[in-house]
Amino acid sequence: MTNDLILRIVARLLIPFILLFALYVQFHGDFGPGGGFQAGVIFAAGIIFHALIFGLSDARRVIPDRLIETMMAIGVLLYAGIGVGGMILGGNFLDYFVLDADSIHGQHRGIFWVELGVALTVCGVMLKIFYMFAARGSADD
Amino acid sequence: MDRRTIENQTDMSATGYYTYFVTFILLVAGLFIVVARGNLIKKLVGLGIFQTSVYLLYIGPAKLIGGTAPILATEWQVYSNPLPHVLILTAIVVGVATLALGLALVVRIREAYDSIEEEDILAADLHADQLAHAQVTATHPQQSNRGSA
Amino acid sequence: MDSLIILSLLLMMLVTVVLIIRSRNLFGVIVLGGVYSFLMATVLFALDAVDVAMTEASVGAGISTVLMLGALYLCRSEESKPLHQPWLALGISIALAAGLMFGMVGLPVFSDPNAAIHQQVVPRYLNDMPKEIDLPNVVTAVLASYRGYDTLGETTVVFTAGVGVIALLRRRRKGSGDDQ
Repeated sequence: MTNDLILRIVARLLIPFILLFALYVQFHGDFGPGGGFQAGVIFAAGIIFHALIFGLSDARRVIPDRLIETMMAIGVLLYAGIGVGGMILGGNFLDYFVLDADSIHGQHRGIFWVELGVALTVCGVMLKIFYMFAARGSADD
Repeated sequence: MDRRTIENQTDMSATGYYTYFVTFILLVAGLFIVVARGNLIKKLVGLGIFQTSVYLLYIGPAKLIGGTAPILATEWQVYSNPLPHVLILTAIVVGVATLALGLALVVRIREAYDSIEEEDILAADLHADQLAHAQVTATHPQQSNRGSA
Repeated sequence: MDSLIILSLLLMMLVTVVLIIRSRNLFGVIVLGGVYSFLMATVLFALDAVDVAMTEASVGAGISTVLMLGALYLCRSEESKPLHQPWLALGISIALAAGLMFGMVGLPVFSDPNAAIHQQVVPRYLNDMPKEIDLPNVVTAVLASYRGYDTLGETTVVFTAGVGVIALLRRRRKGSGDDQ
């Protein structure tokens, strides 16, 4: 938490672009370097930046703990769910080509949702770990 | 269509192994920090250096001079080997997961022992063991011939 | 030219590691660790591993440094002077390095297209991928589709680490407003 004007203004300008860049890396992971892991970490870095400048309680107000814990679990569930979905639609576990009539589109669909699941879990875990470390210090006597 | 044609640009002398030289020096340096330094956080940094050198060990052989990154494009025919990249992506993320757990343990150790130096923690454990043993022999004198701590 | 850049970056990394070994100020050690990770990301980029370089820069130099600084803040310590000289550890390390370098001749030479790792599975990934998946980024296709099972395991490992940190650092004090 800081009253330094420059830091607050610069943070306000930069954080939207950091989050936007995270989304760009996520969705363009098919066409260039990127993917779920990098996107999740960059998104978490943006929120950590917010917490460093504006205070942990403010970051907790923006992204509450419940949301982060849900994100962590939903990511893994989504990934495993796509796998089971492949099984339900006739293939083996984690077969993507059965997800659509055209097998290449099925692969694209599978990869899209799987990368989204990975990004959700990674972002949630990084944020949760940061929150726990930061909260431990302020709750100490 | 074979995308693997490349003119012969390999280094067949000892300079063809220079990435391995540095990899092994870094690996051993990381191991030295883990073994020889007593501070727990520094041990974790050393472990990170050890892990990072292993990434280099995998990605070094994957590179082909004259090729490009493994992103398919019509202008390029030769690509670096994508398989080690996939394996190391997993390894990096698992490495940070291990680091986070290790740091959480270090924080708990600090709260329990008030120090993160290995010698202090071992001395405190030894002292606690001796105290516990002394208590047992004081309350049950007939068991005192069991040897001391 | 490629090799020159890679070699100079690797030498900078060696210097950084020597500084990490010698330094006793933990804040300096952690920042040097961040510098080391950035140099590693640059080396990886020079070795054409662009996905890995991006991950190493964001995870290794970004999140790792932040978490270590958070832990250092909670621990508040400097490294104390070692009680005895680590000659045995140094001797074993040098012997290990010598042994590894002796075995080094069995590894593939730098940039050798006939090395064993370029045969077998990888030509199938590179040649068949446009027919089966048709994505430009081969690493994403292999990571999410051909080796999707490994990535599921990795995601579960990350989730487990999060659960582990929650279990370790959760507070159960009565009357404390924040019970995380």
